[in-house]
Amino acid sequence: MKQTGTRAPLSTEERYKAGVLKYADMGYWDGDYEPKDTDILALFRITPQENVDPIEAAAAVAGESSTATWTVVWTDRLTACERYRAKAYRVEPVPGSPGQYFAYIAYDLDLFEPGSIANLTASIIGNVFGFKPLKALRLEDMRFPVAYVKTFQGPPTGIVVERERLDKFGRPLLGATVKPKLGLSGRNYGRVVYEALRGGLDFTKDDENINSQPFMHWRDRFLYCMEAVNRAQAATGEIKGHYLNVTAATMEEMYERAEFAKELGSVIVMIDLVIGYTAIQSMSKWARKNDMLLHLHRAGHGTYTRQKTHGISFRVIAKWMRLAGVDHLHAGTVVGKLEGDPNTVQGYYNVLREPHNAVDLPRGIFFEQDWGGLRNVMPVASGGIHAGQMHQLLTYLGEDCVLQFGGGTIGHPDGIAAGATANRVALEAMVLARNEGRDIWNEGPDILAKAARTCPPLQAALDTWRDVTFDYASTDTPDFVPTPTEAA
Amino acid sequence: MRLTQGTFSFLPDLTDEQITAQIEYCLKQGWAVSIEYTDDPHPRNTYWEMFGIPMFDLRDAAGILKEINACRATFPRHYIKVNAFDATRGVESLRLSFIVQRPENEPGFGLVREEGPGRQVRYTVRSYATERPEGERY
Repeated sequence: MKQTGTRAPLSTEERYKAGVLKYADMGYWDGDYEPKDTDILALFRITPQENVDPIEAAAAVAGESSTATWTVVWTDRLTACERYRAKAYRVEPVPGSPGQYFAYIAYDLDLFEPGSIANLTASIIGNVFGFKPLKALRLEDMRFPVAYVKTFQGPPTGIVVERERLDKFGRPLLGATVKPKLGLSGRNYGRVVYEALRGGLDFTKDDENINSQPFMHWRDRFLYCMEAVNRAQAATGEIKGHYLNVTAATMEEMYERAEFAKELGSVIVMIDLVIGYTAIQSMSKWARKNDMLLHLHRAGHGTYTRQKTHGISFRVIAKWMRLAGVDHLHAGTVVGKLEGDPNTVQGYYNVLREPHNAVDLPRGIFFEQDWGGLRNVMPVASGGIHAGQMHQLLTYLGEDCVLQFGGGTIGHPDGIAAGATANRVALEAMVLARNEGRDIWNEGPDILAKAARTCPPLQAALDTWRDVTFDYASTDTPDFVPTPTEAA
Repeated sequence: MRLTQGTFSFLPDLTDEQITAQIEYCLKQGWAVSIEYTDDPHPRNTYWEMFGIPMFDLRDAAGILKEINACRATFPRHYIKVNAFDATRGVESLRLSFIVQRPENEPGFGLVREEGPGRQVRYTVRSYATERPEGERY
């Protein structure tokens, strides 16, 4: 896109004359700029106010997320300011969305402190989202140079080592969140954990808001859950885990809870996204140091990821969390009760799992990304899924993920252990069939029906939830396919 | 009890035909198949005994099934599993691991508790079978 009223660069005298200039004229737009391999790149979706030129709007975003203020300052001239200015280098209309533009912006590596998500985000999303000339602004994607990626520890464990530690290969892992999420005493809570793990799940999980409430204090929960985990390990001969949520008001309390989980022999602890980027990075270092899996629940993300015109795409959050270093991250189910277009969700999964992402516009991946050997993150699919969808889940999400059936385990008519067994049998039957070369997308219901012949709990699960689907249009859909893909 | 380690332990024991189909899948992915056996199935027993090294160059499912049967004949009452190893960068680990033989009687595991201060308990999972010497357990 050409700048309207393009003119020659300003002379130094004009550029630094006290007063106000357009951001584009201050050097924050350069349509000829070739991004360097070492630049950090960001793609914003901008919706300028009426009569605001999109290129000027893009330049303003570049300016306000790097060195600019609203007026000319002579102190720029004490710095290598041309290098430090972020440069909007490409602006193009969003297909099918009048009034919206994709703005590509390049940032010099020296603008960022190594290894700090807090510093990165203070620039990229720090000031610009309230900027008046824009009606709305969304951060769609980012590209990090390997030199920058290498300043982060990344996931403390990663998918491969997690599987080796748990001795579980070749299939998605199975989990469930204890329900009801609030109100159970420690003793009753541990019962749910024991039944679900004994019945066949690999993990159970605290919910995001289970911390230390009057009905169940954290130490009580930890002690009862570890009794349940160990009983289930003895009953099955398999490694089991319960995500003990260590989220708390201060770092000191989180460390105390995590240390207690470690003393009790837990293989995994859990945190919530709402604790903040710095706290997440601190817990990541703790987890690496203590050989602990780190599960991250994305509590709160929907407030800024869901709407397409304003906020941050979850694919950017996924990239930040891979850098910050977590082992599990909730990333959508496609077929469940929570928001998730199939292509868009697959984009998140690829960002978390692949060693290298190619540009993939239908899945919302705008930049090539080399992860430089950084370990990968196990995506977690949770929310409104059940055994009858197993063929869809395996097709959409692949085998390196955790499938979490909360209601789909605990709500089983014959009890929690039966619910867990139903899910595990459905999963193993589907993986077996896929490996045999069967067309599981079409033959899935038959494969499940046949597996249920030798597994009454699976038959009961299929009878109970057969017709449950969540068919609602997604709000966060790709811009580069003609119509949103159906969630089957 | 039924030991549920491995990818397919919740299904009825696989037939040789089903095992062959899984091996064919592994070979098609370019993975190397190996066979391991043990009479100590503790969940933290990472190192089962190797029945030869991984068969990197044997690309024929029937040949691998023959090896499985040789292992079964030598250790008729042990646990035997088939592993598939993927040497791709970023994996370099197992991609599939499933049990193809288990002892007729699986006595399972007891949980030993050692009470400590503050209601803490130290847990030990102990296999009933391993109280007898190696080779006499099942």
